[in-house]
Amino acid sequence: MSSVDYQLVVGLEVHVQLKTLTKLFCGCSTTFGAAPNTQTCPVCLGHPGTLPVLNREAIRLAIRTGLALNSTIPPTTKWDRKNYFYPDLPKGYQISQFDQPICQGGELKLPGDETSSPRTIRITRAHLEEDAGKSMHDESSGSADSRIDLNRTGTPLLEIVSEPDIRSAEEAKQYLTELKLLLTYLQVSDCNMQEGSLRVDANVNLHLQRGDELVATPIVEIKNLNSFRAVERALVYEAQRQREVFEDTGQRIGEAPKQTRGWDDNLQVTKVQREKEESSDYRYFPDPDLVPIMLPESWVTELKSDLGALPAALRERLKTEFGLSQYDADVIVNQGPDMVAYFEAVASNLKDAKRASNWIQQDVMRTLNDMEYSLADFSIKADDLAKLLQLIEAGELDNSRGRDVYQWLLDHPGTPEEGMKALGIASVGSDDLLDLCKQLIGEHPSAVSDFKAGKKQALGAMIGAARKLNPNANPGKVKDLLSQLISHED
Amino acid sequence: MTDSAVELTRGFKEGKWTAVETTQLFLDRINANESKVHAFLSVDADRALADARKVDEKREAGESLGRLAGIPVAVKDLICTQEWTTTCGSKMLETYRPPYDATVVEKLQAADAILIGKTNLDEFAMGSSTEHSAFGRTHNPWDLERVAGGSSGGAAACVAADMALLSLGTDTGGSIRQPAAFCGVVGLKPTYGRVSRRGLIAFASSLDQIGPLAWTAEDTALLLETIAGHDPADSTSAPREVPSYSDTLNQPLKGLRIGIIEDHFEEGLNHEISQAIQTLIQWLEDAGAIPEPVRLPHSRYGIATYYVVASSEASSNLARYDAAHYGYRTSNEDAAENLEAMYERSRSEALGNEVKRRIMLGTYALSSGYYDAYYLNALKVRRLIRDDFESAFQKVDLLLGPTTPSAAFRAGEKSTDPLSMYLEDIYTVLANLAGVPAVAFPCGQTGEGLPISAQLWGPAFEEGRLLQVVHQFQSHTEWHKKRPSFS
Repeated sequence: MSSVDYQLVVGLEVHVQLKTLTKLFCGCSTTFGAAPNTQTCPVCLGHPGTLPVLNREAIRLAIRTGLALNSTIPPTTKWDRKNYFYPDLPKGYQISQFDQPICQGGELKLPGDETSSPRTIRITRAHLEEDAGKSMHDESSGSADSRIDLNRTGTPLLEIVSEPDIRSAEEAKQYLTELKLLLTYLQVSDCNMQEGSLRVDANVNLHLQRGDELVATPIVEIKNLNSFRAVERALVYEAQRQREVFEDTGQRIGEAPKQTRGWDDNLQVTKVQREKEESSDYRYFPDPDLVPIMLPESWVTELKSDLGALPAALRERLKTEFGLSQYDADVIVNQGPDMVAYFEAVASNLKDAKRASNWIQQDVMRTLNDMEYSLADFSIKADDLAKLLQLIEAGELDNSRGRDVYQWLLDHPGTPEEGMKALGIASVGSDDLLDLCKQLIGEHPSAVSDFKAGKKQALGAMIGAARKLNPNANPGKVKDLLSQLISHED
Repeated sequence: MTDSAVELTRGFKEGKWTAVETTQLFLDRINANESKVHAFLSVDADRALADARKVDEKREAGESLGRLAGIPVAVKDLICTQEWTTTCGSKMLETYRPPYDATVVEKLQAADAILIGKTNLDEFAMGSSTEHSAFGRTHNPWDLERVAGGSSGGAAACVAADMALLSLGTDTGGSIRQPAAFCGVVGLKPTYGRVSRRGLIAFASSLDQIGPLAWTAEDTALLLETIAGHDPADSTSAPREVPSYSDTLNQPLKGLRIGIIEDHFEEGLNHEISQAIQTLIQWLEDAGAIPEPVRLPHSRYGIATYYVVASSEASSNLARYDAAHYGYRTSNEDAAENLEAMYERSRSEALGNEVKRRIMLGTYALSSGYYDAYYLNALKVRRLIRDDFESAFQKVDLLLGPTTPSAAFRAGEKSTDPLSMYLEDIYTVLANLAGVPAVAFPCGQTGEGLPISAQLWGPAFEEGRLLQVVHQFQSHTEWHKKRPSFS
């Protein structure tokens, strides 16, 4: 087996924890990280006689997401019970949505990049459900001690199910990245994979060409994918594994039970969790404790008009209104809505928006990264950066001195002008510049003759020396004047 | 003292007696009668007397007093009480103390009632005789060899045996009305959504309602007024004002159209019951009401529909008793190593046969491949039954028929034959399936001296109309004054 002779086919199920203050059916807090079983009440503990009361904020966030995914929002939706036994599910059933999900159909457009063209991944549905608790199995002691934390029980989840439209591990990552970005813009979720607010399952199989026939391998569901990298690696691994199993067994879809496999991040392999035959019949039926939910068109329309600018539209805007390249637009939009606003505030004060984009990508983003700041904590406000870049644009200082001012602004309160003053930066008059260059020519005869002999880079030493004599001298201007003077010496 | 709750609280408020005196009187009767009847699963004399003292102090301090001030009330042990174990008549919850009070219990407390005990029931309200209690059967005060009915057998028997004047039961398919019938008291199942289900331990959520049992319509009205009303914590409770049922008890019956359900007077109905209800119809006519025959064409599918819907919901509602979080857990060694074994052992050991039977029935009906044939079809028939009621109430104001096909049967007579037990509910399940209110009230006695009961149905939220008829019947007859001879 040499080159890849199969097509990977992937559908993703993404569980998104919605950012509500309280749980889906009770008033308990959803804050992550509290001591185990402290954020619980009789309702989410599943005590006998308790009843769920819907948190409408979860409905609002789900509709917002659906609208952004171009889903149909039906006029009514309802709740169903998914019945199964597990200790982290205290009621013995999960309140979910079976046949009338709140978001029906839809799509997510992937923008594409240098190596891939834009694509559209269809969304099957997105439905609301309550999260289960967490089971912690301590197998180290050998006593198989299990502990249950029910803080998470009842947290609202939106499960977004894609069609099997994804064709590579790379594309799966793009889908997840774009989806996460969208959810961030919508402010519907923290999307924090470490805290489990974004969880991914993948349904995977291969399509192989066998003569005239297109053959599909049995579908495998991969769970326990704790990072986008894990998704990518698991898919690459799984493709090869399925390819090998097919060579061994020749089993096609329908000829083997659907398998659930878990990704082992340490060993970088998928392992069987269960075969479908052992899996439960969930016995879905409408939850009699809850009434159907009406979603009036007027409300949906209102939510639609309230979506705000979303990544795809913003990329377009940065390209058309500010003349940025696709790459630059991507980088800025991918930083989130705050960065887009920051960029726009800076760029709209400049002649060349590209300058704002460069400074943001090279300087601002590096600072934020180094200091682990968010834009909200960042001391250089958009007005200050705009002023600084305007001064550079006007030739009051060069990029290099500009960076000195930038650094000064990071360390001090004050304006760019105040920074320039404090750093002693002043523009150098043309007479001073001429004197400086004449002095340099006199002091570097060998460099002058090298330059005359055609070694353009010989000026470098003189420019460096100019900087020592007068740090405010603009290297570009020094260079121009030096070459002018030397050329005219003859 | 008096055997009217209305007069009991009036006398208390007027200073004729204290709450402690009243409570002590009922505790004494419990002491005397409970060993024969076994209506209660728990009685806490100290707590009841302490609560009574508080109400007395409130009166002495001149504070305003609630609607049920100074009245001891019994509560079915399917309703959550923070201070009392709530067992559901099951070994599974033998020691379970809920972390909260049911909304109706909060309302009783707010009305200054005194909780006197938790009453016996068929395990998780599944049964029609209270023989399925894990803690022993309740005896019918009219004949201790006979059953009290069920599942609210304790709730009905404690009233019949003078151990409480007011009692709260729950009704999923007849569980208030059938024991009320067997014990010769009034029992009312309110409209679905009229009374909050918060704290009612679910058997079948779309059918369950809490309701009052008492000797008279007047007392029933008093208790219903207290417990009814919208509860934001129950999404299925109706956001409607509660009318004063007591105020409309004497509205004239003249011109009231009463549909006689012909389907319920055909085969299977005991002759004496049929006769007693004919006499009642005659009385109604004399009082100015207009009886007319009515048919409920889908009524004969009631039992089948009910047992599919109720069991399906129950199979899910009872899944939470998994021994992982509270309740009974097996001590079998296999269970320590294996989760499945822990579930299986614990549930096998702690749940009774009738409960297991319904869980299996419901699990089957909801299973993939059977769902459409059973659960979905049952929902469709349920819709047709609702339609029957809707069209009947286009023509008449109330419906009338028997509560049960026969008077109280002997203990053991049906407990080995589930189907014949299920048929006990033949006339009662319809009100639950349709969500309409219905009241059972005594209207005669058999030759053996057992109570005979009639059942009146009304349109949704017309409990007042039901109580109005029962009250005026009671004002002119003596059936509600008959007492079992043992006490």
